[in-house]
Amino acid sequence: MARVDLTHHLYQFFPQLNGKTIEVPGSTIGDVIQGLETLAPGIGFYVCDERGRLRQHVNIYIGEERVSDRTTLTDLVAPQSRVLIVQALSGG
Amino acid sequence: MTHTVLLGTRKGTFFIEKIAGRWRPRLVGHAGVGVNFFDRDPTTGTYWAALGHGHWGAKLSRSTDGGVTWKDAPQIRYPEGSRHYMPPPPSETGPGEGAPTLKDATLLKLWVMAFGPAGQIFVGTIPGGLFVSRDGGENFELNRPLWNHESRGGDLFAGTGNGTTKWYGTPAAEGEFAPGIHSIAVDPKNPKRILVAISTAGVFESLDGGNSWRVRNKGLTMDYSPDPTAEWAGHDPHALVLCPAQPNHVWQQNHCGVFTSSDSAASWRKVSHPHQGVHFGFPVAVDDADGRTAWVVPGVADSHRTAINGALFVAHTKDGGESWEQLRQGLPQEHAYDVVYRHALAIQGDLLAFGSTTGNVYVSEDRGHRWQAVANNLPPVYSVRIR
Repeated sequence: MARVDLTHHLYQFFPQLNGKTIEVPGSTIGDVIQGLETLAPGIGFYVCDERGRLRQHVNIYIGEERVSDRTTLTDLVAPQSRVLIVQALSGG
Repeated sequence: MTHTVLLGTRKGTFFIEKIAGRWRPRLVGHAGVGVNFFDRDPTTGTYWAALGHGHWGAKLSRSTDGGVTWKDAPQIRYPEGSRHYMPPPPSETGPGEGAPTLKDATLLKLWVMAFGPAGQIFVGTIPGGLFVSRDGGENFELNRPLWNHESRGGDLFAGTGNGTTKWYGTPAAEGEFAPGIHSIAVDPKNPKRILVAISTAGVFESLDGGNSWRVRNKGLTMDYSPDPTAEWAGHDPHALVLCPAQPNHVWQQNHCGVFTSSDSAASWRKVSHPHQGVHFGFPVAVDDADGRTAWVVPGVADSHRTAINGALFVAHTKDGGESWEQLRQGLPQEHAYDVVYRHALAIQGDLLAFGSTTGNVYVSEDRGHRWQAVANNLPPVYSVRIR
């Protein structure tokens, strides 16, 4: 089970996740998003577009490494991985 | 009957209500979030807000308890296989760079909503999608006849179509140069007649409930085209409205002037009066009963998007644009740089309201003759409706 942390911003839209330890099964980032969608229906469309691609201004980290496959979300997640989903900062 | 002014702003959703004789704004939802459009479905009473979250994409939000609580609605998604030809950005149209590129469609922006007399909910989007719900907003479906229109390349679900598009883009696409549907008008006397206006393609009309569409650009002029009157000159209506009681009367505030039609958009007539400041702007409102009576809020020009001479006014015609009157009473007449966006002027009976990019909201209860500022320092106002 991967442990998932979300940017504070996302908890505003999905308060049912706030204050909870989020753990989801799966071996890829795509699996993690599916697991999150089960816990909080609708969150997948916040993180990804309707083609399943990571939104342009969203980043996902596995540990301290940013995921490399933003299109099909195949980056591998280990059972003890920490996954962090945040909005990308692009200056300003 | 007491009306409420509904505001969608860059930082939230507001009501403006008349309480004890005074109009007062009230934040009712989506604090900090961009609200491109906010309206009430007259059939169900549900309030709808079209949100632009920035990082998290475009989302529909709705309230069934008068704006007390809000929830995400079933979301609009472009169906699998929907593709479109992206026009080349204007800066990249040099030799060899002008070919459109085929691209998967994903939702960039929810821009406008409209409600049909049979309970339909229409949503105009970027890139150039018309979505329709016939079940109160539980499911939205892309209107494929318009999406697959030959002017856009044909049926790109099935193949590569004719390889080109006559729909150009809008900077409102937020990051991409894609076309957008910003105006949807349903004829209350004939619900199968639907008009849409597109930046940048012009006006389309359906007479069969959306099963087929024809272009309605005859009479428009596009100052920046080698052939300004061509059907596909890149016409850029900024807003389109029709008169509910006389739906053959249609108006548009266009990038290149104010245009009106008295023959159901079959032909347009330019009724700009630049010497009176009536030319460039974004919104237009038409009277509920009289199709020759309309209001616009002019700006200087596309290259100079501010109030004219620092003084804000509403221009009003009662004769189909033959003559215009400048209505200034109660509006700031110095140091005003307000611009009024395409959805930010509304009329209901004698009540008119508009909101500006500088967060000012003005209301008139006598058809525009006297105005009062009912809010200042709000976020930039994107939409104003009166319900």
